[in-house]
Amino acid sequence: MSRKIALRDAIREAMTEEMRRDENVFLMGEEVAEYNGAYKVSKGMLDEFGPQRVIDTPISELGFAGIGVGAAMNGLKPIIEFMTWNFAVLAFDQIVNNAAKTLSQSAGEFSCPIVFRGPSGSAGQLAQQHSQTFEAWIANCPGLKVISVSDPYGAKGLMKAAIRDPDPICIMESEVCYGDMGEVPEEEYLLKIGEAAVMREGTDVTIVSFNKMMKVAFAAATELAKEGIQAEVIDLRTIRPLDHETIVKSVKKTNRLVIVDESWPFAGVSSEITYVVQKYAFDHLDAPIIRVNAADTSLPYSAPYVDAYLPNAKKVIDAVKQVTYVK
Amino acid sequence: MTQLANKSKVKKSTSKKKFDKETYLKWYEMMLRIRRFEERTLMAYGQQQVRGFCHVYIGQEAIAAGLISAIRPEDAIVTAYRQHGLAISRGIGTKECMAELYGKKTGVVKGKGGSMHFFSKEKRFFGGNGIVGAQIPIGTGIAFAEKYKGTDNLCVTMFGDGAARQGALYESFNMAMTWKLPVLYICENNHYAMGTSVERTSNVHDLYKIGHAFEMPSEAVDGMSPESVHNALEKAAAHIRSGKGPYYLEIKTYRYKGHSVSDPAKYRTKEEVKEYKDQDPVKMTEAKILKDKIATPEEIATIKAAIKKEIEEAVKFAEESPLPSGDDIYEDNYLQKDYPFLT
Repeated sequence: MSRKIALRDAIREAMTEEMRRDENVFLMGEEVAEYNGAYKVSKGMLDEFGPQRVIDTPISELGFAGIGVGAAMNGLKPIIEFMTWNFAVLAFDQIVNNAAKTLSQSAGEFSCPIVFRGPSGSAGQLAQQHSQTFEAWIANCPGLKVISVSDPYGAKGLMKAAIRDPDPICIMESEVCYGDMGEVPEEEYLLKIGEAAVMREGTDVTIVSFNKMMKVAFAAATELAKEGIQAEVIDLRTIRPLDHETIVKSVKKTNRLVIVDESWPFAGVSSEITYVVQKYAFDHLDAPIIRVNAADTSLPYSAPYVDAYLPNAKKVIDAVKQVTYVK
Repeated sequence: MTQLANKSKVKKSTSKKKFDKETYLKWYEMMLRIRRFEERTLMAYGQQQVRGFCHVYIGQEAIAAGLISAIRPEDAIVTAYRQHGLAISRGIGTKECMAELYGKKTGVVKGKGGSMHFFSKEKRFFGGNGIVGAQIPIGTGIAFAEKYKGTDNLCVTMFGDGAARQGALYESFNMAMTWKLPVLYICENNHYAMGTSVERTSNVHDLYKIGHAFEMPSEAVDGMSPESVHNALEKAAAHIRSGKGPYYLEIKTYRYKGHSVSDPAKYRTKEEVKEYKDQDPVKMTEAKILKDKIATPEEIATIKAAIKKEIEEAVKFAEESPLPSGDDIYEDNYLQKDYPFLT
């Protein structure tokens, strides 16, 4: 049995179920408790679990990220919410230098089973400092795993898996997807971290994307179908480790690849995908891989800038026509 | 007031509490062990057996001594990169420590951490952090977990005077006080953040006063005497264990060597170094033991001989141990056994 719920509810269900299951799991962050979450993801959790396990913090990202790391090293399973990953930049020392490296520098004596989560990417006219994606930044760092969710089903299954995972995990959500509805089973399920999902089957081109850019990929695929081009659409779901096998398998079928990635182009997620595809499917490519990224700029405020900056269906359709040599 | 005069303004222990012979000998033995270990470390560094960044604890041993008598083995401890002495005081073997410095497979963390990163779950030693001040929120989180689990344990969170200027400290102090976490913050104030004196980096020279902004009980302590360190720690630990929240001690100490092995410490005057060498905790404790007839010269000689032998054996162990092969570089990056590394 399944029902339709919003993405924010799927994430809350995942956290709530895991907190019922394991008393060492707790949620900490700005406005997560009494305010019910800046985006209402944690609505009602304070009522169920109390202030010992759903904890409002001061605006101290570095401090509470580090408290999470210490608590994880000492046997707890923290979920640390950042109001946005843009603010997590203040906490990068704890994420990159400590969560990621504790296992290595202690030679396995101490682990850091922690989940850092929050929205990433642009969300309207929020201007330069509130619009960045962090998948590529974080995924560069060994020791961490990076998940980026696009729909309620994926978000719930991956969130539950992440909370149970023994390694430190960063989960990227999106402010503009929290209200998105989707089918989610009533019964418990977990998804495997490190597995991409083929969301739409097709034969003519592979479109790989993640997070809210999946909407752009789907919109482009729908339009392309009207013109007789059948796109296979893959949701990466996990950025690190990257499931290149699913991508390569699809490219071997379609012989063409377009990547839709809100990361900046330089050394972004799309660069990594391009590398693995040329390595494992070089002879199967009938056209150069094209990526549709955010512009290689900061994002200015005014609406025309947002349009110019972000990938959209038209840009993706143009890219697909380029790789399929359709005018 | 001159800089020197300001630094000398260290509250001496006024406690009348008497410690027994066993405690004095335990302190003396531990301080001597750390001193000899560090002297041998410097020699091995000179021979290029120990590489990388290396910061020795010489001069600060009384703090490690006070910790062993005032803090329980169940309590956690986390510190920065000047950590050899503290790790040894927690009971991590000098063999494993020396082998780690030599980068050997038999080291306390299998040659993966080196001088800055010792860890032991069994000894509740949480590192060994190489980023100045990063261990302050981590120690706060370790204490958070103890409170969450409802134990009686505290986390000793140690940092230097340089780290006291990091924002992480202020964020941590604030949350620890707000949530009344069982954390004992200790600033080992050796007066120099690398080559920069306390006086040159802040208008506030008495670092214990930082705690006042958070209404955290805060005191300055003479760090050259194990008695005064013990007394301060014992009082602070009792306060924390009673559930009243954190406590902050600024322990005024001195490192006799440079910041790291590559630092000739030319930013200090000879007079200043001499002033602190006159308070050498190892020599002063030995003198007190003999003067007050706490133990005999023969007993002191026996300890000295045993430590000399122990350190020699540690070096021999380190020298004779195998290096890691390097083939296991992918281990201990993820607990997931089949993690698909990019190769």
